[in-house]
Amino acid sequence: MSGATNPPRTDSHDPQAPAEVAHQERSWPLWEVFVRGKRGLSHVHVGSLHAPDATLALRNARDVYTRRQEGVSIWVVRADDVTASSPAEKDSFFDPAADKVYRHPSFYDVPEDVEYL
Amino acid sequence: MVVPVPVRMVGGVPVGVLVFVCHHGILSGDGDPAAASPRSTVDPALDALGPISHTGLMYGNDVIDPNEPLNAAETAVYDAAAAHDDQRDSRGGVGDEFDALIAADQRIEPRDAMPEKYRETLVRQIAQHAHSEIIGMQPEGNWISRAPSLRRKAILIAKVQDEAGHGLYLYSAAETLGVDRQELLDRLHDGRQKYSSIFNYPTLTWADCGAIGWLVDGAAIMNQVPLCRCSYGPYARAMIRVCKEESFHQRQGFEILWTLMRGTEAQQAMAQDAADRWWWPALAMFGPPDTGEATKGGHTEQSMAWGIKRFANDDLRQRFVDMMVPQAEKLGVVLPDPELRWNDERGHYDFGEIDWDEFWQVLRGDGPCNAERIAHRRRAHEEGAWVREAANAYAAKQAARTKESAA
Repeated sequence: MSGATNPPRTDSHDPQAPAEVAHQERSWPLWEVFVRGKRGLSHVHVGSLHAPDATLALRNARDVYTRRQEGVSIWVVRADDVTASSPAEKDSFFDPAADKVYRHPSFYDVPEDVEYL
Repeated sequence: MVVPVPVRMVGGVPVGVLVFVCHHGILSGDGDPAAASPRSTVDPALDALGPISHTGLMYGNDVIDPNEPLNAAETAVYDAAAAHDDQRDSRGGVGDEFDALIAADQRIEPRDAMPEKYRETLVRQIAQHAHSEIIGMQPEGNWISRAPSLRRKAILIAKVQDEAGHGLYLYSAAETLGVDRQELLDRLHDGRQKYSSIFNYPTLTWADCGAIGWLVDGAAIMNQVPLCRCSYGPYARAMIRVCKEESFHQRQGFEILWTLMRGTEAQQAMAQDAADRWWWPALAMFGPPDTGEATKGGHTEQSMAWGIKRFANDDLRQRFVDMMVPQAEKLGVVLPDPELRWNDERGHYDFGEIDWDEFWQVLRGDGPCNAERIAHRRRAHEEGAWVREAANAYAAKQAARTKESAA
């Protein structure tokens, strides 16, 4: 459930991107909703909804996503304001991490009989 | 409810039903038998599903303890699906190509490349599902003002609000495929997209609210639990939320009938009549036959290959019948099928032929309530237009003011 499920509507890299729908006029803008389940947990993306402004987006999010005490805190973010990495550039974007196995503890050969290492 | 008629909800409760009037007519005994009867008389399997408090407070969390699992949907199948997902998430390395992801039983996410047919199939199915949820508010909404007690009314309001919420989860999932919700509503309003034909049957008595919860929501859970493992991520995630909430719906329906069946003769007759009318339409909810001869031609084969669908209609229907027969016996309700009997050889219940002519007729628009349901939906949408516009105007004004003061 992590990461935004809804792509920003204007991402031109997205092969599946909808043609910029005139939804601003037809319906309320889209908001992404993040809920903190309880103290000690981070906010997690739970879905999206439409609302005319941030205040109503919060109220709608409460009614849609926390009817059974699923959260103690809610964030709402305009979907248009989310900048996402592009799936088309995924390989080159994440490539720098691929050849750095020495970042992992298992990379290092150490004697087996050393404790707490 | 936030979408179609925002004006009707204040603090999550429909304004139109804020006037609580208790009707103590022929149903005045409602609730008493349940309170008088010890829990131990309930099927142990139901007991295991978690406690429902019949005493004390009337509202909110006393009905279902939020810390208890929301069960009924949390069957072995559900657990398997959840476990499967945990496991699947840790796998990887199959690349991002659609066919490879499907073959590895991985999830497809909104921005992944996908065949146009896959996208279309999902849009159609998720939209139809979303439409069913919001049209499904009407049959039971019909009884909110006439619920037999304040307790029943509060529960029914919560249930109908859940249906609205389910519609919203699903429209939200559909929108990740690049369609606009308003466009989907337009397609519903002008009949280009369907909703489940079950909601074209009327709710004639209070017992119908019980039968809908028990049979219709029971069938919905059976249908929907496998969708928690659907290959399309946002749909699967929406279904997990929906299934958890449906469990409450099914249990409250069972409890309505359970109470009626231990009431007066008239109340028992009412419960039996509701079961008689809803049993066959509930079986038809699983869709036309799609195994054996009928495998070809329908959507099932392709949808299964894509991991959108996990079980054939016929298999789910059989599982539903097997689950419901013992529950009906427990209730003391006779299911209206003379051919219904245990088949030792198959290890399943045999049941009679479903009237598919009726199914197609209702689906095509000639059911008892088709016109009424759509007319009501359109009216609610149109009458809510001024609220949506006013909210837009207010938002624009506030935005302009913020801009001014910043300048």
